[in-house]
Amino acid sequence: MTSWLESTARERVAGLLDAGSFTEFVPPEARLTSPHLAQLNQPAAFDDGVAVGRGMLNDEPVLIAAQEGAFMGGAVGEVHGAKITGLLERALAERIPVLLLLESGGVRLHEANAGLIAVSEIMRAILALRGAGVPVIVLNGGRVGVFGGMGIATCLCDLLIMSEDARLGLSGPEVIETTMGVEEFDAADRALVWRVTGGKNRAIMGEAVLVADDIAAFRAAIRLDPVPLDVEAEHALLGARLDRFGGMEDALDIWADLGIENPARVPLLDTDAFHAAIRGKTA
Amino acid sequence: MERLEYEFDGGAPVAPRNRPTLTGVLGSGNLEVLVEPADLGGRVRVEVQTAAVGFGAIWQAVLSDVFARWQVGDIRVSINDAGATPAVVALRLDQALSDHTGGGA
Amino acid sequence: MKIHDLLPQLFPHGHDIAFDGEYFAGSAGDVSVIGTCDRAAIGAALSHRMAGEVLRICRDHPGRPILLLVDTLGQKMSRRDETICLNAYIAHLAKCLDHARGRGHKTIGLVYGEAVSAGFLSSSMLADACYALPEAEVKVMNLPAMSRVTKIPLERLEELSRTSAVFAPGVANYIAMGAVRGIWEGDLAACLKAALAEDPGPDTRRALGEQRGGRTLARRVSADVRGDAA
Repeated sequence: MTSWLESTARERVAGLLDAGSFTEFVPPEARLTSPHLAQLNQPAAFDDGVAVGRGMLNDEPVLIAAQEGAFMGGAVGEVHGAKITGLLERALAERIPVLLLLESGGVRLHEANAGLIAVSEIMRAILALRGAGVPVIVLNGGRVGVFGGMGIATCLCDLLIMSEDARLGLSGPEVIETTMGVEEFDAADRALVWRVTGGKNRAIMGEAVLVADDIAAFRAAIRLDPVPLDVEAEHALLGARLDRFGGMEDALDIWADLGIENPARVPLLDTDAFHAAIRGKTA
Repeated sequence: MERLEYEFDGGAPVAPRNRPTLTGVLGSGNLEVLVEPADLGGRVRVEVQTAAVGFGAIWQAVLSDVFARWQVGDIRVSINDAGATPAVVALRLDQALSDHTGGGA
Repeated sequence: MKIHDLLPQLFPHGHDIAFDGEYFAGSAGDVSVIGTCDRAAIGAALSHRMAGEVLRICRDHPGRPILLLVDTLGQKMSRRDETICLNAYIAHLAKCLDHARGRGHKTIGLVYGEAVSAGFLSSSMLADACYALPEAEVKVMNLPAMSRVTKIPLERLEELSRTSAVFAPGVANYIAMGAVRGIWEGDLAACLKAALAEDPGPDTRRALGEQRGGRTLARRVSADVRGDAA
């Protein structure tokens, strides 16, 4: 077993794809670094924090991008974002499925405008792939989780695979606490943070497939088939979720309302026991 | 931010067909090392971009030690550093040279 | 500009736009309008409601252009909204706008107030073309807050923002980077008419940002990754 959480972006790519099949586009030696960091006294990484390329998954061609959470929290800047957009556009031209190994706090503040625009370009490119029936799969198992604009982009994709340790949200808990006060969100309460943003709640909400923190488990959960997008059906589903759960105080109340037995124990369950506990009881 | 450059008398040239390798991650207190084959007449060239200013002598000492142990030549080593300690630098360089040469000093 | 000053200038021949708090929707002649006012925070309920209106327009008025009027301070900061996955609601709005685009609805965004982060991402940044009024404010974060988070001195950020469009708030920066196509000034009805007559084409923002000198790498880097012939 190899922990996804403990691995670097490049180790995840190597562990996920068929052995030795990864070929990188604009690799580190191309030195496509961010020109915006040096003037702010920040070191720039050779790959601007994301590796993009092609490879094989069970002998099927895939395009792949992997964000490095240890470099500036996986935040999106101009070059970083353009690499992902270019990869998605390449996937559209070549009609090859895309794996997005995301770990990102959102937009990189040091190049905030460029990052925000880049995220919207990524979103447009994902939507174009959805429209064309080319699948985009997100794998989220890093320490940073996926927040901000990349959190929105994640929810545009065909499939989201998450580990329990990973998080998915829009505003980070710290940002909500700072802006709205500790009564709104106590970011120091780790159990609360995970009940809101963690993989288990996302799986119960029907947004994610939960897997163990193991690269092989992520690999086994990948399905390279497009998921048809029915916006009317999704609208009804999200409307029902909002009406039923939007006013509830805590995820525990939602889990109980869904009929999950002993909700307080859900965070303690291992992956198999969790799947058994929530079967037929997701939002 | 500071940019430092060093050159060392190399040992046996590394096979020029070796692909460039990237080792490590530019996270806080860490560094990434890019090793590429280069026609340098057998020498080793090292370029360091570091967030910590004023540690040129320590870099010199750590790098000298590493390239005394690794008898390699005709390589260009590019380092991005986010304040790694000398021990971490030495460890990462060993790892990078092992990755690039396919193991073994 | 206040929304009640804006609407008569955009639609001198009248409109039937109805308001409900921070949300409004309706039509003016052959244009459907959806918007937010009073620096609305975009939460799950508001984005779901906007998405519903996009879908209703697709059903009831096939092919009709959609004008998004934006005034938002960004996403709602709410533990409850995060618990039910606010991202999914904002992503759903994006999917609905793209669905409309795919069915031949031209989509135009106009920032008349503020446009911040995810509030901007979820609306006019996904339109075929986004415009702004001169007094609009577009940003991710103001410089004092950015200075606190990045620990870069405010003076340094202010100094750099005089020459770089890349991080500081401001419509001019978003124009330079290609995300805002242009400023609407003077006869706003004529500006709208001209925008409706333009063929938006594919996502041209990277090319615009390069031409205007505000975003010099994005187009080239994405082309390199696509493997375009040089």
